[in-house]
Amino acid sequence: MPHILFCRSVSRVGTFIGKQTSINSTCKFSNVEADTFKLQEFAGKYLGNKKVLFTERLEFRTPKDCDAMPIYRCVDSNGNFLDENEEPKFTKEVAQKIYMEMTKLNTMDKILYESQRQGRISFYMTSYGEEASHLGSAAALEPRDLIYGQYRETGVLLWRGFSLDQCMNQCYGNKLDPGKGKQMPVHYGDAGLNFVTISSPLTTQLPQAVGSAYSFKLSNPTKSFDQRRIVCVYFGEGAASEGDAHAAFNFAATLKCPVIFFCRNNGYAISTPTSEQYSGDGIAGKGIGYGIHTIRVDGNDVFAVYNATKAARVLALTNCPVLIEAMTYRLGHHSTSDDSTAYRSADEVKEWTELDLPILRYRKFLESKGWWNMEMDKQWLSKIKSEVLESFNKAEKVKKLPPDELFNDVYAEIPEALKKQKTELLNHLEKYGERYPELENFEK
Amino acid sequence: MNTLNKLLKGLIIKNNFLFEQIKFASHFNFYPTEYLNEENKEKINLCQAINSALNIALEEDPNSVCFGEDVAFGGVFRCSVGLQNKFGKERVFNTPLCEQGIVGFGIGLAVTGSNAIAEIQFADYIFPAFDQIVNEAAKYRYRSGNQFNCGKLTIRATWGAVGHGALYHSQSPEAYFSHTPGLKIVIPRGPSQAKGLLLSCIEDPDPCIFFEPKILYRNAVEDVPAGKYILPLGKAEIVREGKDVTLVGWGTQLHVLMETADLAEKELGILCEVIDLQTIIPWDVETVAKSVTKTGHLLISHEAPKTCGFGAEMAATIQKECFLNLEAPIERICGWDTPFPHVYEPFYLPTKWRCLEAIKKLIKY
Repeated sequence: MPHILFCRSVSRVGTFIGKQTSINSTCKFSNVEADTFKLQEFAGKYLGNKKVLFTERLEFRTPKDCDAMPIYRCVDSNGNFLDENEEPKFTKEVAQKIYMEMTKLNTMDKILYESQRQGRISFYMTSYGEEASHLGSAAALEPRDLIYGQYRETGVLLWRGFSLDQCMNQCYGNKLDPGKGKQMPVHYGDAGLNFVTISSPLTTQLPQAVGSAYSFKLSNPTKSFDQRRIVCVYFGEGAASEGDAHAAFNFAATLKCPVIFFCRNNGYAISTPTSEQYSGDGIAGKGIGYGIHTIRVDGNDVFAVYNATKAARVLALTNCPVLIEAMTYRLGHHSTSDDSTAYRSADEVKEWTELDLPILRYRKFLESKGWWNMEMDKQWLSKIKSEVLESFNKAEKVKKLPPDELFNDVYAEIPEALKKQKTELLNHLEKYGERYPELENFEK
Repeated sequence: MNTLNKLLKGLIIKNNFLFEQIKFASHFNFYPTEYLNEENKEKINLCQAINSALNIALEEDPNSVCFGEDVAFGGVFRCSVGLQNKFGKERVFNTPLCEQGIVGFGIGLAVTGSNAIAEIQFADYIFPAFDQIVNEAAKYRYRSGNQFNCGKLTIRATWGAVGHGALYHSQSPEAYFSHTPGLKIVIPRGPSQAKGLLLSCIEDPDPCIFFEPKILYRNAVEDVPAGKYILPLGKAEIVREGKDVTLVGWGTQLHVLMETADLAEKELGILCEVIDLQTIIPWDVETVAKSVTKTGHLLISHEAPKTCGFGAEMAATIQKECFLNLEAPIERICGWDTPFPHVYEPFYLPTKWRCLEAIKKLIKY
């Protein structure tokens, strides 16, 4: 057992001029040797091979020591590129499709929001102001990449081909809803489109996304490059406060998973402003601490979101997780159950609307290319409006699955005790069916 | 297998400082199972039976992975010994110390079709993952209209009293999860059941929680079939036939009930039918109801606290199913409604003496 030595002064590495203080002359001990050993151990085993030094200055690092991570952008608010090298060179078709999906989402949002106000669907959440972050990121991913969402990522689904009919069927919970009417509106999901069904509990999807990414990490090496998959998971800045976010960032980094964490920082979690959500440098400020490649982007700039996601995908394929924080603003209310004027000023919303509307900003780019004009816009918006209305009215008329559908899919097979409960319900409805007026909306 | 056995035994001796339970274990005697009469058997303990099941699962399905806290070096209970060497660091690995992460991560693996075998070091520490288990794993198939599921997830956790585990190394949390449709909960009473039921859980198309009575890891030794076999989920087992009183339990408590049955026969001349429930949900109502129809008396016993313990669910159901056959109120001998105490463990547990006294009262009613 070597004696424990007390070193009064420990030098910085590189100079090693510390005094050698021994309390036992029979024990040879070198500070230089000890310091070198410790620094190697700490750096190599504790700190991920990052160089580390001792310091003799008692000094706390404060958040103010570091500037906020800059916000990467490509175009100004008039849709002009600030550095032409950053233009992702969309084809006309892709460029137009992005605009069309953004406006389709916006149109659907307006109609479904109104329909909830009229009591025709029970609940809705709009994506106003966040359309660019949806479409910019979705366009940069491959259709085979698996997506986990929070609930405000409808544009990602639309980009992948989720139809208006599917949206409406889900919101109505009719028999055509692939979710079979089990969940609240806006909880979309589509296995064929590799979009995992949304659930209400915030952030639970983050560690799950990491698990799925780990599974891709194991299978990717057996596949050709154009078959390899990553996972992209979306969440809001409020959700990032949950323990599951911490779990996910840490697991993704230590287990080296091909995953993109896409944070929509829109300034509010329901009524809670970001100043009450965190004190650090936003969500991006957390990434480096976990050892994750991190970037902050202008979430209202389709091109910045697209470029960042595209590059993140390349990194993710090398099993480096990436965190993207898209700075945006939630223009709409949190949901149809929320009146945001109770906690934020109308002026604030007005300013964002007037100064940085992502759809408008993107349209200016299209116009500058000669790929869009007022006439096209009028025609498209009127066409999409009637499509949304048509789809909406159609879905409203479709019946729901039979009531005993409620017993299906709890387990892969219905257990005996549950079969009994199913019979119990059916017998009850036989007797008391007329007491359930809504029964006529369900199939027999 | 033989080499592995030697290796296991070697490691157990070497590492018994990790887990000195034997000298504390006195509240039950292990009743080995003899009904599995396959040719190729090996004498192993419950810990080795788990190891054997994990070996088979990893061997059979190249998409199966084992993970959790300290799993890589063999686990703090030595259940995963040798697995990383055999199957590689990508399939058997440590996670950061975070239970909600472990279960969420496991769900994600299962969603993409990997067979995810997650370990929670102690059932007492499963609560940080409660949200992922109850709101997510259990509801995945239902809420997506069967588009997605995490049926390939199995969560293993050590469970139950251990002699000196106090509040956070002794809990039996099965009742919390039994209130959650979509999950299966399984608890074995010995090495043979552990291996067969764990392999069932791993293959089952629904997310399963598999609780391993940790006091049995080393104490329970018996002949276990060497190859692969499965025991059905949702099925109780009549471990001893009798005609006077039905005793139902699971896990370690089954052995307490077996001893109680011996005492009842010897001291009172009462023949008890002892049933191992094995699967907590979905539970085997039929087997229990049939037995109670015959005996007219039911005693349910579990280590977990009485109020809202799973015994309450069973009592209510059996009371409805067997109302005309019951000759006495259903009795529940359980842990008291307190946290699990340290030095008072002998007085907390539902001992054979408490069970015997309950049988006397049932018969005299």
